Amino acid sequence: MSLTILNAVIAVVIAIAFAALNAAYLVWAERRGAGRIQRRPGPNVNGPLGLLQPPADGLKLMTKQLVIPGGADKALFMVAPVLAMAPAIMSFVTIPFSDSIVARSMDIGVLMIFAFASLGAMSVLLAGWSSRNKYGVMASVRAVSQNISYEIPMLITVITIVMMTGTMNLKELVASQSGGIWNWNIVPSLSSPLMPISFLIFFTCSLAETNRAPFDLGEAESELVAGFHTEYGSMGFGLFFMGEYANIVIGASLITILFLGGWDCPLGLFPGVWWFLLKIYVLIFSFIWIRWTFPRTTIYGLLNLSWKILIPISLFNLLLTAGLLKVF
Amino acid sequence: MSGPIHIQPGETFTLNVGPQHPATHGVLRVKMEMDGEYIVKAETVLGYIHRMHELMGENRTYPQVLPNLSRLDYLGALGYTHGHVLAVERAAGIEVPERAEYIRAITVELNRVASHLFWFGAFVMDLGGFTPLMYAIEDREYILDMLEAVTGSRLTYCYYRFGGLYNDIDDEFIDRARAFIPRMRKSLKKYDALVTGNIIFRKRLEGIGPISAEMCRKYGATGPVARGAGINFDVRKNEPYSVYPEFDFDVPVYDECDSLARYKVRMDEMEQSLRIIEQGLDKLPDGPIMPKKKPKLIKPPAGDYYQAVETARGSFGIRIVSDGTKNAYRFKLRSPTYSNMSLFDEACEGMMIMDALAMMGSLDLVIPEIDR
Amino acid sequence: MGAYFSEIFRGLQSLATGLGITFKEFFKPVVTVPYPYETIKMSDRFRGHIELVENEEGKPKCVACGMCQRACPSGCISLASKSVEYEVEVKGEMKTKKKKVLTKYNLNFTTCSLCGQCVESCNFGAITFSKEYNLASSRKEDFHFDLLNRLKERNS
Repeated sequence: MSLTILNAVIAVVIAIAFAALNAAYLVWAERRGAGRIQRRPGPNVNGPLGLLQPPADGLKLMTKQLVIPGGADKALFMVAPVLAMAPAIMSFVTIPFSDSIVARSMDIGVLMIFAFASLGAMSVLLAGWSSRNKYGVMASVRAVSQNISYEIPMLITVITIVMMTGTMNLKELVASQSGGIWNWNIVPSLSSPLMPISFLIFFTCSLAETNRAPFDLGEAESELVAGFHTEYGSMGFGLFFMGEYANIVIGASLITILFLGGWDCPLGLFPGVWWFLLKIYVLIFSFIWIRWTFPRTTIYGLLNLSWKILIPISLFNLLLTAGLLKVF
Repeated sequence: MSGPIHIQPGETFTLNVGPQHPATHGVLRVKMEMDGEYIVKAETVLGYIHRMHELMGENRTYPQVLPNLSRLDYLGALGYTHGHVLAVERAAGIEVPERAEYIRAITVELNRVASHLFWFGAFVMDLGGFTPLMYAIEDREYILDMLEAVTGSRLTYCYYRFGGLYNDIDDEFIDRARAFIPRMRKSLKKYDALVTGNIIFRKRLEGIGPISAEMCRKYGATGPVARGAGINFDVRKNEPYSVYPEFDFDVPVYDECDSLARYKVRMDEMEQSLRIIEQGLDKLPDGPIMPKKKPKLIKPPAGDYYQAVETARGSFGIRIVSDGTKNAYRFKLRSPTYSNMSLFDEACEGMMIMDALAMMGSLDLVIPEIDR
Repeated sequence: MGAYFSEIFRGLQSLATGLGITFKEFFKPVVTVPYPYETIKMSDRFRGHIELVENEEGKPKCVACGMCQRACPSGCISLASKSVEYEVEVKGEMKTKKKKVLTKYNLNFTTCSLCGQCVESCNFGAITFSKEYNLASSRKEDFHFDLLNRLKERNS
């Protein structure tokens, strides 16, 4: 009995450590990737290749003074950054890295991850509102409408996939795509011919859910100084920062599990955790690549994209797949 | 007052796009009354960087004012120095040798390309795309290195003198300039593909920030702002000066009056500047760069003299009222950005703040030039 | 209906072109020069602060005429001289003549705008631009240069 509890505790601790390490070193990867795209080196002073930059940044952030603006709502001000980071780390508990590596495999895994993602959206609202700063309020209003509008096509796409597979358990979702690239969910099949479009829709929605460019209106640097985290210094800002990257890893893992076959090899030969990690990191590279190429959309462009383009197409795909599943 | 702000519908709040802000390029304060995201009224407050250049022009002799003109608009410094030098030469009746005129035209056009490149990078950065700034600055470094090898400075050139130039260009400059032109053309194609064709960028700028021709005439806006509204006025063609009648170039004019039209005007102007540089290098005559009989002390006869030149931002005018002594009596600088900026208050009513800031970026403001 | 889909398609195409360009730039070499470890050679005409030029005997060529002081727009040059008598042979007789010798030449670099009027106005070629750009200090007094001292230090 105690051995299973010990197993469970170790598994959870490893999941959390993976999340935190990724969040810290993704900052390094983004800064170096952004640097190379812009023909400059990126951090290269602290340690070889700048690898000691994240610990140096963390140390700096921890030793700074946490300033709470007078008149701000203290409780909400302190809760908001924690609410940004905690759900992302919690979602790591259900994600299966391979057939046998999963902290806790749940039958409602998909539902749990999306429930936690909605909590993350609330942290943006709380942060802007409680800082008593006009820039923060404006930014969080924008960010909330963005988050709500983009959850809908995401969920519709996920419903399509769950319908095709018949289960919400993440391990079984991957197991149903095993056997090589032609079994993956991204490849169009007779009962779901519009799958690549579904993939694009889900990819765009995860960009928007994690507040990444071109949808980063919440932290629009050039217009609203720093958006919803204007008043946060020290570890408050550090938690927002790391929470954003943890959310990115969750988003990439979800895309891999739902569309790209999880830990499956493209040729079906040696499935394993290394394929999963490879796919996540390729997707994260494309997130970084997209951020540094495109300018920001306007708020009405963003809402138009979601309500007028993504939702009709994903609804159409859902109905089409439902109909064709009955036939084939 | 404690607790978060409550915004009732129908009530407005004042947002201060303050002197320190990433989007206003320089120290500019805009007091905006906002209703949610919409601007109800805007009021620009200037004067944070007033350095009294006009008064310095009255207290110093004519050669001593030369460094001041570069500090007015540091991105396009050679255009402003050109205006000043032409005005004083017209006042004092100094003849300029032809080689000096050609070199002046070539360096002014190089500076115009550098200024537009920097504007392009900063504008796209305002809209959220950080990468084209780095590419634009790399291209600009070529121009700055070329001009540094000739004049000695990278930004505040004090290169022109009354009657000609400080020192001559050498063959290395000509070779580098010739090598630069095809490189810049390739870069312009790259910017076209990366930025101009991008759908996010187009949606950001098409139809945004309309400035009609009538508004331009009311406020006296010139330069790419007016040419993006359909007014075909370029000082180099309408009131030609220096050696520009010898060059064959077009003046880009677009009718749509929105931010995308102003953007396209500037990108096309870069191409036309490259044409002028090419023709200038081909036609460059040999000869001296300073006139033989140069007066030791410049004392223009009493009178009122005005010279307008086309700089990267519009029509820069300089008026010198001389009373026969070695200092000017009145030294008036007509700054194009001041007129361009004054239409911002009226133009941004009813817009969302994102669009207003995109329009401000497309006006190409350099604040030290407004405040002089 | 057709316009709806064609706009989406062309939009996606433009996004893909943009991504292609940044991907190609990812593999090009880095433009930055890692400054303290590598420096760039300054061009010949680079304008640093002015320095005195020496003649063959190691003395400054400056005759303290004061043209540079008058030409400077910001008044950052201040110089002083003294009259010195010296003997010279003219038609077999020793005659004493007076000439000016430079005793002090101070440059206040905090107000200098590097315009070059001083260098241009000097008829004797006694001052020229240096190539110093690595100037950083926390006190203003470090930038009140005593150019005669600097000349002596360079010669010794």
